[in-house]
Amino acid sequence: MTDMPLTRSSGSLIGRRVLRWALYAMLCVFALYYLLPLFVMVTTSLKSLEEIRTGSLVALPREITFDAWSKAWSGACTGIQCEGLKPFFWNSILISVPGVLISTLIGAMNGYVFAQWRFKGANLFFAFLLFGCFIPFQVVLLPMARMLGIFGMAGTIPGLIFVHTIYGLGFTTLFFRNYYVTIPHELVRAAKIDGAGFFRIFWSIFLPLSLPICVVTIIWQFTQIWNDFLFGVSFSSAGSQPVTVALNNIVNSTTGVKEYNVDMAAAIIAGLPTLLVYIVAGKYFIRGLTAGSVKG
Amino acid sequence: MTDWLSRHVPKIVLAPTFFAVLLFVYGFIAWTAWVSLTRSKLMPRYEIDGLIQYDRLFSNPRWDTAFNNLFIFGALFIIISMVLGLMLAIFLDQKIRIEGALRTIYLYPMALSMIVTGTAWKWILNPGLGIQAMVQGWGFPNFKFDWLIDPKMALYTIVLAAIWQASGFVMALFLAGLRSVDGEIIKAAQVDGIPTWRVYTAIIIPSMAPIFLSAFIVLAHLAIKSFDLVIALTGGGPGYATDLPATYMYAMAFSRGDLGQAASSAMVMMGVVFAIVVPYLYSELRAKHD
Repeated sequence: MTDMPLTRSSGSLIGRRVLRWALYAMLCVFALYYLLPLFVMVTTSLKSLEEIRTGSLVALPREITFDAWSKAWSGACTGIQCEGLKPFFWNSILISVPGVLISTLIGAMNGYVFAQWRFKGANLFFAFLLFGCFIPFQVVLLPMARMLGIFGMAGTIPGLIFVHTIYGLGFTTLFFRNYYVTIPHELVRAAKIDGAGFFRIFWSIFLPLSLPICVVTIIWQFTQIWNDFLFGVSFSSAGSQPVTVALNNIVNSTTGVKEYNVDMAAAIIAGLPTLLVYIVAGKYFIRGLTAGSVKG
Repeated sequence: MTDWLSRHVPKIVLAPTFFAVLLFVYGFIAWTAWVSLTRSKLMPRYEIDGLIQYDRLFSNPRWDTAFNNLFIFGALFIIISMVLGLMLAIFLDQKIRIEGALRTIYLYPMALSMIVTGTAWKWILNPGLGIQAMVQGWGFPNFKFDWLIDPKMALYTIVLAAIWQASGFVMALFLAGLRSVDGEIIKAAQVDGIPTWRVYTAIIIPSMAPIFLSAFIVLAHLAIKSFDLVIALTGGGPGYATDLPATYMYAMAFSRGDLGQAASSAMVMMGVVFAIVVPYLYSELRAKHD
């Protein structure tokens, strides 16, 4: 298509229209690729096992049944325990809500210092913090397991909150720092002259301006913590496992008949919170995130 | 006293983070590095014994497979995600009426856990019930798509699912980049009758170099960390065919009770990450200083 512009300029009207249709067709084909797993998950979860065995992957359910959903929620077995995802879903909430709030709050304070209260050595520390964001977690897995054991936090929910908070700080600080850097420094200087201190300026000037970056940070941290599997599987015990670990146990349990509809329902339940957050607030997230990385 | 306090408040605020990072990032890396030089088995031992664990690592065929897999998986994942992301971004940039809906569809996989995604893909790729069975049911009894259980092809199913998950995010990065290019230049080029594809290849794409770099770093980092998807999709199998360094490390640490091997494999993983990320961060931080 060397001489064929994609839009406007020369070329015949019909040629342009054909191209336009081809463009929409391509985009829709890709939309199908991205939607296929979700479609298959939802339809499979609504079918009976019998229908799954005899029917086709993409066929709509002939008879809609929510049995698989109720079993996934409160009856499916994760190893020896058969209480469904419910207790683990609750664990994930207990882990992610404090984890998100604490790491976001500390990140906001840190970002405020890095952006507006620089001192000697602050840039060096910031660089160290940034490098910390990029380590593969495998390199801290063994010592963290030992340390949690020593402090009696192995296999507990507070232990997982602690781990997520620590390793989330790099990103939360980075987000807030990059956002607060854009706020003119004169604002702080003027407030100081008026006698406002460090915390006063943060509470009454910076925090009220922080809504967009708070949204980005909270969504980021929430998806990270909710979707985490590595820390969950390494540091949790039967009573504190997050929902991702439970889902994996349900799907890969080897006993009994394989109930694909229950697996799919469980997968949707485990993915639902982040999916909802994304659908409701995703626009702001992408805007904030891409603004940061495009500038960077 | 209060004066001293108010002067040092910023440092006091940062202090907990400083000590946390010092201990839980750098201290822990040092601990792992130390253990990787010992003969630790189920329990850590602290007598340094040279590079024995690294010798064992590099002579272990399972690690060899895992390390090779990382490069095959990483290369395919990064290249295809970038090409696909750029292509979709350019297509979406053509004043598409349903852009908002399409963008959401392309992006939602990013919100999901790899464990959720892996569960779905495992089902779709299951030869007995998934795509293979479906196409056979359409009247093509000889159709075969059993990559998931084929040791030679299983790795590519992981690539397929990983691209599905990450390419929408790359698309969003590129789309934001396309939109940030100066519209006046593009308009001027179009007035001069330069075809649109030339405007892209000669003006727009070259100006997006920093975004290519960002996308590359994000994808490379994701590739090296990939663990959940393998666990959910193939569990490393068949055999060790889809092992990655992350799953090798986990197996050594938690099911084999071989801390020395786990530590040395983690150190090699970190080496690969830093070889990619350090030059990038260095240039980023320098650029911000200038």
